[in-house]
Amino acid sequence: MLSSGLCKRIIPCLDVANGRTVKGVKFQNLRDIGDPVELAIEYQRQGADELMFLDISASREERSTVFDLVRSVAEHLAIPFTVGGGISKLDDVKKLLSLGADKVSINSSAVQRPQLIAEIAEACGSQCCVVAIDARKVGCEFSSTKSSTNRSDRPAWEVLTKGGSVSTGLDAWVWAQQCVELGAGEFMLTSWDADGTQEGFDIEMVLAFSGLPIPVIASGGAKNPQSFVDVFSLGQADAALAASIFHDGLFTVNQVKTTLKNEGITVRLC
Amino acid sequence: MNANGFAVDLVTSVGGNLGSVARSLTRLGVNFNAVDAGNPPDGSRPIILPGVGAFGAVMSALRAGDFDQTISSLVKAGTPFLGVCVGMQILFDSSEEAPGVAGLGLVKGNVVKFTQGKVPQTGWNEVRPVNNTSWPSGFVYFVNSYYAKPDCANPESDSVILYEADYFGKFCAAVSVGNITAFQFHPEKSGEFGEGLLKRWVSDVV
Repeated sequence: MLSSGLCKRIIPCLDVANGRTVKGVKFQNLRDIGDPVELAIEYQRQGADELMFLDISASREERSTVFDLVRSVAEHLAIPFTVGGGISKLDDVKKLLSLGADKVSINSSAVQRPQLIAEIAEACGSQCCVVAIDARKVGCEFSSTKSSTNRSDRPAWEVLTKGGSVSTGLDAWVWAQQCVELGAGEFMLTSWDADGTQEGFDIEMVLAFSGLPIPVIASGGAKNPQSFVDVFSLGQADAALAASIFHDGLFTVNQVKTTLKNEGITVRLC
Repeated sequence: MNANGFAVDLVTSVGGNLGSVARSLTRLGVNFNAVDAGNPPDGSRPIILPGVGAFGAVMSALRAGDFDQTISSLVKAGTPFLGVCVGMQILFDSSEEAPGVAGLGLVKGNVVKFTQGKVPQTGWNEVRPVNNTSWPSGFVYFVNSYYAKPDCANPESDSVILYEADYFGKFCAAVSVGNITAFQFHPEKSGEFGEGLLKRWVSDVV
């Protein structure tokens, strides 16, 4: 078999609101732990392969600060970064990319209006269009209602939107196929069964989606370096995203990657 | 390279990742002069051509105002040139991405699509120097569905490959021929190692 040298990616995620990081960050060596730029530089130093900035601003006024944030991050960072949260218009996507974001992540807005994926892919290229899918396992009965899919013996996941608060009734597998056809460049797959549990990634779910023709970023549940070993070796994810495990200072990105390398998984150590 | 005035000319007319290359040069303290068809380079400075997007779209943008010919004649006359991503691909004769569209033809060969693995290749891959071992090996960031294949019928083709990497088979990740250097990956998005490569090229040519 021909080999690929492509590395598995580790992506710390920073939740921001009103231009500031909001999840408790416990690094001692930062002057201002609420400054996303300073935190981003620290993660770059630790060996992060990419960064995700998730804007969870509550209001439109607060959300407008993300543009200044992107400009500032782009000035300082020499690795790719993605911006997500509340993006629903192609104009906003173009503006974020022109300010220096490498990719945008869309979620609820894509479920509401799938054509947004095609618009972004057409205007800016598939490579910058990450579709975030939040999903929860619903067992086998869900897919049996989808007569066209013929996969009733397999588990199924339902797409959730609005930060997990809205059940859409949409089969995540069917939705993912549609996203690929529309031109999505990557998936960020968050398991609402695993998110916040710190019991490890949802391997079953990641494995079910990792055979898709575009990269899958697994998200939700990272507990320790072994979680990452599992999600890559068992789940066959292309990348893994985590927040608390890094923000809490429990493990550095470099520690996770060293463990991965020792387990024979291809990573970039710097 | 920190001298007063501009160190390099950066082509702006092809859109895409001009911003990130420009920001990277700024971080490195390299003054650049933005050039396009209306404000063309005169050959007094090395030229950098970044590019993200489709081969056909980049070529048609370059052809506006015969800017492609301006670039070609300067490169043929010996002006140091750095192509990045699609800025590397358009140096070749043609691409599977845009059948019938001629590239600049400054390097012999064509551009072909990956046939295995997830496409585009997205992420970090290790590049190894092929001929010129003074360039270091390391990890760089790629986003590409296509890669250049220097002409195998040309006995000199092997010597143009600067870096190779593996994506379900070896592929050409960078070329170096005469005054032309080109990276398929994004040095400006490849952390310290990538910026080191940019810095190395600038200090070689400025």
